Amino acid sequence: MNPASPAPAPAPAVEEILAQARRLREGIPGDIHEHLVESLYADAGRIAERSVSRPDRPARPTFDRTLDRIVTSRVWGLPVMILLFAFMFWLTIAGANVPSQWLAGILVENGHPWLRGLADAAGLPGWLRGLLVDGVYLSTAWVISVMLPPMAIFFPLFTLLEDFGYIPRVAFNLDALFKRAGAHGKQAMSTMMGFGCNAAGVVSTRIIDSPRERLIAILTNNFALCNGRWPTQILIATIFLGSLVPAHLAGVVSAGAVAGVALLGLGCTFLVAWLLSRTVLKGQVSTFSLELPPYRPPRLWQTLYTSVLDRTLLVLWRAVVFAAPAGAVIWLVANVRWGEGSVAEFLIAGMNPFGLALGLNGVILLAYLIAIPANEIVIPTILMLTALVARLAGVGEGAGVLVHADSPALVGEVLRAGGWTVLTAVNLMLFSLLHNPCSTTLYTIYKETGSARWTTLAAILPLGMGVTLTFAVATVWRFLAG
Amino acid sequence: MSTPPNPAPAAAACADCDVYRAARLHKLGLQPGPWDHVVALAGNPNTGKSTVFNALTGLRQHTGNWPGKTVARAEGGFAYADRRFQLVDLPGTYSLLSTSPDEEIARDFILFGRPDVTVVVADATRLERNLNLVLQVLEITERAVVCLNLVDEAKRHGIQVDERQLTRDLGVPVIPTSARFGRGLPELLAAIAEMAARKVSGFGYRLSQEPPAIRAALADLTARIEQAYPGLPNARWIAMRLLGGDERVAEALRRGELSALAERAARGSEGVLRESSLPAR
Repeated sequence: MNPASPAPAPAPAVEEILAQARRLREGIPGDIHEHLVESLYADAGRIAERSVSRPDRPARPTFDRTLDRIVTSRVWGLPVMILLFAFMFWLTIAGANVPSQWLAGILVENGHPWLRGLADAAGLPGWLRGLLVDGVYLSTAWVISVMLPPMAIFFPLFTLLEDFGYIPRVAFNLDALFKRAGAHGKQAMSTMMGFGCNAAGVVSTRIIDSPRERLIAILTNNFALCNGRWPTQILIATIFLGSLVPAHLAGVVSAGAVAGVALLGLGCTFLVAWLLSRTVLKGQVSTFSLELPPYRPPRLWQTLYTSVLDRTLLVLWRAVVFAAPAGAVIWLVANVRWGEGSVAEFLIAGMNPFGLALGLNGVILLAYLIAIPANEIVIPTILMLTALVARLAGVGEGAGVLVHADSPALVGEVLRAGGWTVLTAVNLMLFSLLHNPCSTTLYTIYKETGSARWTTLAAILPLGMGVTLTFAVATVWRFLAG
Repeated sequence: MSTPPNPAPAAAACADCDVYRAARLHKLGLQPGPWDHVVALAGNPNTGKSTVFNALTGLRQHTGNWPGKTVARAEGGFAYADRRFQLVDLPGTYSLLSTSPDEEIARDFILFGRPDVTVVVADATRLERNLNLVLQVLEITERAVVCLNLVDEAKRHGIQVDERQLTRDLGVPVIPTSARFGRGLPELLAAIAEMAARKVSGFGYRLSQEPPAIRAALADLTARIEQAYPGLPNARWIAMRLLGGDERVAEALRRGELSALAERAARGSEGVLRESSLPAR
């Protein structure tokens, strides 16, 4: 090899250097880090002074400053934020309806019988046709028609806000609250990421340098409603809460309900952070400086392109990947017999008492068990199982076959036939917010914390809160209803 | 009589033309190596690192207008002037002195990944604060190029930066850009390529106002490290970190990562294909 290459320093030399470093360190007055930073700043200041020239006129109030005065004001900051997000939910709810029906018409209403016919013509045995067409295909088609339109509207809107520079202002508004809860202000950022995907949110806590505050951020990220859960919230709010008021108010009321659940999640974040920082994760709150970047006009087409590719299709693909095997599982539990009925009926009947005590039902609990890999498939699973248990004539085509419900109104009919009330809907929305994170997020938490103990806590904590809250709501509701 | 066209001046004129130079850029996206050079992209949060990254690689990593967007390394590639470059987008950090995971990723890569060129993206509207990181990077490596980004925004605010004065003070090329609109990128590419091919080199910036309290200690320790690792380019920085009690650097010393560094530095980087991944932590 190269004769000029030096031999690695032998171990004693290394230890000697380290020992010398320790000795020298003790001889230095004050904090070395501070000495260095001071001289860095002095140099940077000197160099900048020599090359930067600024206009010598008094600063005029700019668009940026005026806007910041409103959106980060003590009084208006939070209300503006809530209204802005509620408006985004409303746009999503109002805009997703028509394309959802359209997609369901193509994929479910026409595509499904056509595939069944094709399977029959190919001479597939009944069980295989059931497994593939009624199970795998139908649940996948459902996920696409339910999830694609709202995501294709919500994500680009969120990305536009992000590119515009609004997200750091949200962090600024929430900073004081996070601090009061004993958490790091930068957690506002990971929470915002969590509204997209909790697994991504957990990874983004890496910007927090204190391990204590980072753990708090990881453990509470699940309270940010992720996009696997938005469709559940939006659909259930549209069907059950929107229909309580006159039609022209329906959109506003459903959007308000979804915003309310998202706010409740934020409240839980603060509450749990506060509890953790006063019990198992005690410690000092660290300070940091948050840079408010200038507002920049978002690049519309590129934003649309990246948010469709990076987020919408990625999330949809994930949902499809999980929905396909889940569809097979649903068909199997619905068709494999156990004593009198199917396995599904057996499980649902077993879980029903507990579910009803929570203001939910056995179907919902079983759906959440099947949907542990991905929250996206909760709604399709609930629909298939409800149709199965209620033995709805005309809407289902045999056991475990997803109903041909191509509009929210029809979905509502199916669910009401399955014994659903407004209480079921409200509690489903609450339970969808408060339950264990999906398996991807749990795995990410395990990787980031390297601890099975914290991962277990991250799963049990929200689940316990969900069970407690839904039980409390159900009890009070029934008491008030007499 | 017609004179035969002389190709030389025409070629020289072409070489100065943006269109010609940009055309020599081939965005390679996620194509696999081998690479001729490794280029690291560092900078403060929200200065447009990801925008520069996307513009050079043709990838569309999502860029967000907020600090903390990138928390892990992203990698892509481009070919320019017949050489293949691997570009590594590091998390945005304000300094390399503290120990949050994102800062460690950035620092470890600049130090141990030993990129051929480190591009520091700086925000022209907040130059003084951005210089803190630039100076820290320059302490580690003199193979750096400063990409003075967002000059359009600075101009809008009436701020002018004299990049030639800055180049003189920092001792490395300073290229004004506006990555959002693709301005200045041909010049940036040329500077990266020249630095990678070792046609130019920085003069190795050192803190001019060395803290008096640590001057003697620093000199002592630096000499010892240089003696143990001849050829190590950033002995002084290592000494500074050891004085500050940086466990990660002490660990690197014990595990022999530094001797590997010194060896590579002695061999030179020309044509050496390297593994770009960091030693597992």
